[in-house]
Formats: sequence, structure tokens, C-alpha cells
Amino acid sequence: MAALNDPSPGAVRGATRNPARSAPSRGQMLGLAVLLAAACVLPFLVSNYRVFQFTLVLVYAIALLGLNMLTGYNGQISLGHGAFYAIGAYVAAVLMDKFGVPYWLTVPVAGAVCLAVGFLFGLPALRLEALYLALATFALGVAMPQLLKYKRFESWTGGVQGIVIVKPDAPFGLPLSPDQWLYFFTLAITVAMFVFGWNLLRGRVGRALVAIRDQPIAASAMGIDTSIYKSLAFGVSAMYTGVAGALGAIAVQFVAPDSFTLVLSIALLVGMVVGGVASIAGPLFGAVFIQFVPNIADQISKAAPGAIYGIFLIGFMFLMPLGINGAIRLAWARMRGRKTIKTPGD
Amino acid sequence: MALKPLLTAVSAILGLALASGHALAQKKYDPGASDTEIKIGQSMPYSGPASAYGTIGKVEAAYFKKINDEGGINGRKINFITLDDGYSPPKTVEMTRRLVEQDEVLFIFGTLGTAPNTAIQKYMNAKKTPQLFVATGASKWNDPKNFPWTMGWQPNYETEGAIYAKHILQTKPNAKIGVLFQNDDYGKDYLKGFKEGLGDKTKLIVAEVSYEVTDPTIDSQIVQLQSSGADVFFNITTPKFAAMAIRKAYDIGWKPVQYLNNVSLSVGSVLTPAGLDKSVGIISSNYGKDPTDPQWDNDPEMLAWRAFMKKYYPDGSLTDASNTYGYSAARTMVQVLKQAGDNLTRENIMKQAASLKNFDTGMGLPGIVINTSPTDFAPISAVQLMKFDGKSWVRFGDVIGK
Repeated sequence: MAALNDPSPGAVRGATRNPARSAPSRGQMLGLAVLLAAACVLPFLVSNYRVFQFTLVLVYAIALLGLNMLTGYNGQISLGHGAFYAIGAYVAAVLMDKFGVPYWLTVPVAGAVCLAVGFLFGLPALRLEALYLALATFALGVAMPQLLKYKRFESWTGGVQGIVIVKPDAPFGLPLSPDQWLYFFTLAITVAMFVFGWNLLRGRVGRALVAIRDQPIAASAMGIDTSIYKSLAFGVSAMYTGVAGALGAIAVQFVAPDSFTLVLSIALLVGMVVGGVASIAGPLFGAVFIQFVPNIADQISKAAPGAIYGIFLIGFMFLMPLGINGAIRLAWARMRGRKTIKTPGD
Repeated sequence: MALKPLLTAVSAILGLALASGHALAQKKYDPGASDTEIKIGQSMPYSGPASAYGTIGKVEAAYFKKINDEGGINGRKINFITLDDGYSPPKTVEMTRRLVEQDEVLFIFGTLGTAPNTAIQKYMNAKKTPQLFVATGASKWNDPKNFPWTMGWQPNYETEGAIYAKHILQTKPNAKIGVLFQNDDYGKDYLKGFKEGLGDKTKLIVAEVSYEVTDPTIDSQIVQLQSSGADVFFNITTPKFAAMAIRKAYDIGWKPVQYLNNVSLSVGSVLTPAGLDKSVGIISSNYGKDPTDPQWDNDPEMLAWRAFMKKYYPDGSLTDASNTYGYSAARTMVQVLKQAGDNLTRENIMKQAASLKNFDTGMGLPGIVINTSPTDFAPISAVQLMKFDGKSWVRFGDVIGK
């Protein structure tokens, strides 16, 4: 936090969490283009197994962006987003397995279902403030695996055995492996979701969400319909997570209640905070963290992978209290700040 | 003049190449096998809700180390790569893909859990890579027709449930049965087998109560069963809950004939905490020797296991049946590799796994051995009924099963 007291204006500006930034600068556009180009070349450079891992990174990034809208921008803590991820995954799996719906069509359906469920859950949940809302969503996360096992749903959900899905091949005879195709399919949806999210958050809606988070009374005094914005934030956030769930199910080719325990909800929360709260790039970093750090922890110690993971987590939070995205911004701002100070002196 | 030594060198190299080519004709390898090494992969919950079972992976690694220290199998060392999946099926898929595609293991051995194994079953069969001796008691692993690359190991829950049902029908045809089961695949498998065993007598079940693995206690379920008037109690629970159920039933004065599933028959971790005097008369079944049962204290195989544990896995618990489980499964695996000889193709590994004949793991009950065939992918399918006498399990009747 010491960095926040840095008197250089650049550092302060870099660290602020103001979503209402104007259109991206030319430098940012260039950075994005390079990133996108790298993402497109990547699957041709690494093995199919790695491509599968990066597909999961993209999937988590979408889910984390969804959670970030709700928790980061709007200040509503959710400990149960794994439940929406599960709903999205199951909608996709059931549609593909029982109704023969093509995989690409299941993704928007999963999003729509989660939008509705999230909005409806958000309406009553609005009456709950901060910690109480966290508990209500926690309950949702705890209940979901058991709901999926429920007898009456079993003919659809496959009960505890889950559903095995067939992996889609690349269409139009494209010379891609199924893993590569699924990566590009997921990448396209990720880009679309991020552009949509960026549009939503940088403008009026984003400002309203942040205002509700920071000054709820002032926000309503200014004419912001707090309740509708909060439920909408819940709905849209659930939609993002549901889309991620559907994509994740298609990539993993299997859904079961054991895949969506509370651990998943917590992992999403961890990813959001580690990546950077209330940032659009943060979810990408967070997704890389939750995908790869547990693997690294396992490689370091078989005896206590959980403890190693914990050390990583504490280390990250200690060294980068604003998340990875915040740390990068800070470093960038410092570099630029030093330059601008130096240039007039020269 | 320099040509001659060059020619000699070339011909020597050619000769070597030919010789090794000849050797290759005899030895057959798929990815993961070589003259010096056999690479085996595994996905295991070292973290997460099922991490207590992680010890199975550790004891298996310890046993392979012992084999390597003794010179390996046919001169090849086992390179055992076991990775943490936290009991999360998506992670199991990821880890297994890493093992098969990146580490290029010859096959996968002993991955734990029904859902994790279901998640990779299709993949393993599409990749034609053996998924051997999975550590789960679900009945679906014995399906060589549809999944010729997947094989179970332990007796399945359905068979066991059916055996108790038949015993009840023989000994107490007018029983009123109360069932307590864990609400997941394991509990439901037992219940399904039990009902199939009862056949058209499923009406004998007067109460069917479930609990979640996250429940703090099951007191109310036991009271509910007692009030149903049941005089036979089938206890389908994991160790912690089994101990609670036995104790609670005793405390509230409910005295049914009790059947306890094999999962929870440990004297050390279930019956002792429940109270040995409260456990007298409980009926269960088993296929292996319980390390906490005093009747095996002087058994040479049990002594050999203890010596192995002391040397190669000193941190491991000597009272945990998971450690005899992993030891026996690893021994079965080594037997398959011995049989495979120098033909280390995936196809031959599967073929050898499907032709085990009367293999004794050393930890099986007397008379219970491993048999497989191309149409029988259930290595252990025999059990023996037994009754607790207050100190140890007393086996009775014949070995049931094949």
C-alpha cells in the first residue's frame, strides 16, 4: 500500500480503480493486438494438452470477468458463483446429451438460463447487505452439488454419475485438431465477452455500478435505480459465469456434481482477487493463476500441496495487494512517471 | 589411407544398428517403455475432500521404489508419475491428458474415485491406453465390450450389497430392513445391488434414509430408522459415520441385526471408536486382511507388509487399510508387468491384465485370489461373510463369488 502514498501523480492515477476510462490509447490498442495475435499463434506452437489447458484459462477468464462485475465493480460478494458455472455446464451437457443440440448453440442458451436465474436470485438477495449476501450465495454454492444429485432430476442430470459429452471436431474441414478448434471457438467467445464487458463497464452502467458500491445513498440520490442495477449486475455476472461453465463442460467433456463443489466457487473468488479487483484485464491473470498454480504446488510437494498453494496465495497478496493487474499498472505508471520527471530535467 | 579406418568405423556402426534392429524385433515398445524404463501415470487426490485416500498413491509409489531397489522388472525401472487432482473431475482430465500426451506414460494405473475415472474413461479408450485397476468400487468398470481399455480391481459395491440381501433372505426371511446410505454414487450403488439381491422382496425395506458426506452427525437418521420398527439395519456409511451410527443405535437401545458395508470394517478406525462391546454381532464381508485385526498379527504376509512399510513408507499409518489396499494393487500391477516380459505394448499390457490366473496379492483372505479373462474385467470378485466377536472379525460360510 506504500506505493499509494507515492507523491508522483502517475502512480496514483495508475492505482486508481476508476473503470470509467476513455477509449483506449494507441499504445493499449497495440498491446491488445499483439496479445490477440499471440493468442492466435499459441495453439500451433504447443501440444494439444497445453492447448486444452489454455482453453481452460480462457474459460476461467470469462467466469472471473463475470464475478468481477458483481464483486469488483458492484461490491456484492458472491461465494457461490460455482453454482452458476455448474448450471451453465449442465445446461450445455443436458442439451447436447439428451436433446442433440449442437455444442455452439448450447453456449448462448446456457448464458440466457444463467442470466434469468442470476437475475431472479439477485432480486431477493438485494435485501441482503455485504456479508449476509455472501452467506446467501455461499448457501447456493453448497446446495448446488446436492441439487444436481436430486432424484427427480436424475433422468436429465445423470445423478452422481454425471454426463459424458462428445468432443466436437473442427467444422468445414479445417485442418485443426479438436483441441485447437475448441481453443479458437473459446477464444472468439472470450474476445466477444470481454469487448461486451468493457463496453458495459467503461460507460454509464459501469459508473453507476461503482457509485452503488462506493456510495449507495449518494448513488440513489443521483437517480440511479439501485435495486435494478444490482439485480442486473447479478444477472449479467451469472450469465458470464454460465457461458464459461458451458465452454468448460465442452472442453472437459464431462460434468458431474463433484466437478462443481464449493472449492470451485472459492477458486473463482481467489482468481478474481489475485488477478485484480475491478479490472478488465485482471481476470486473465487470475485465470492463469487458478489454472497453473495448483499444478506447480503439486510439483513442489505431494505431502501438502494445499499448504504450498496457500504460501503462493499469501505471497501474491503480500507482494501485489492490488492483484497482478494492479501491480503491473503500478509498475507501468512508475516507469512512465520517472520518464516524465526525467525528460524536463534533461 | 585414411579411408580404411573410416570404413571400419562405418561398418561397425552399421553392425551395431543392425544388431539393435534385431533386438528391437524381439522387444516391442509403445510410448513410455524402453530398455531401461517403464513409465506409469496416475491421478490421485493429494488435496481436497478425498485427500485421506492420497496415501494409496504414496504407498504405491513406495512399493514401486522397493521393486526398483531390487533391480526393477526384467531389468527395467518403474518411473511412477502420480499427480494431484484434488478429486475434481476436470482436473483429473487435465492431469491424465498431461500424463498421456506430455509425459507419454505407457498406461494409467490406480486413479482414484468414480467420478474422476468416469471423466477420463472415454478419453483413455479413444487413446487406446490402458486405464488399469481403478480405485473405485463402482460396477461399471467391468465392461470389456464397450470399454476394452478400462479395468477395475476391488469387488464392486453392487455385488457386495446383493450378498447381504441374500444372507438376510436365508436367515431372516421376514425381516424389516432399515437402510442408511451416503447420498452419492457409492451409497446408491450399494443400495441398488442390495435391492437387486432382494429381488421381488424389496418390500422388506421399511425405511431408507440418506445423509450427506458433509453432515455433522447422523443421530436423527438413526432415530428415524429405529422408529420405523426395523429389525435389520444395513449400514452403508463411510468410516466416520459408521462409527457414529453403531454407537448411536446402541445408545438409544435399538438392537437390530446389523450389516456393515466393507468400506467401514476397520477395527481400528470404526469399531474401536464406536465401542468394541457395542459392535458385537455386526455382520460384514471382506476380501482382504484388515491390518488392525489381531488375528493377522503373526501372518507372514502381514509381517512382510509391516517390514515394507517401515523401510519404504515410515510416515504411513500401519492401521490404515488404504495402505494394504495400495500395496496389493501395486503388487497386482507388478505381476502384470512381469507377465508382459519384453513385449511392452499397450495392447499386451491390457492382454496380460486380462489373463491373471489365481494371483495372490498376499493381503487377500485365504482363498481369495485374482482372476481375469478377456470377458471378465473384475479382478477381485469374491468375498467372505464375517461377524465381529468383540475383538476381531470371525469369518463364516464359504468364499462367495467366482
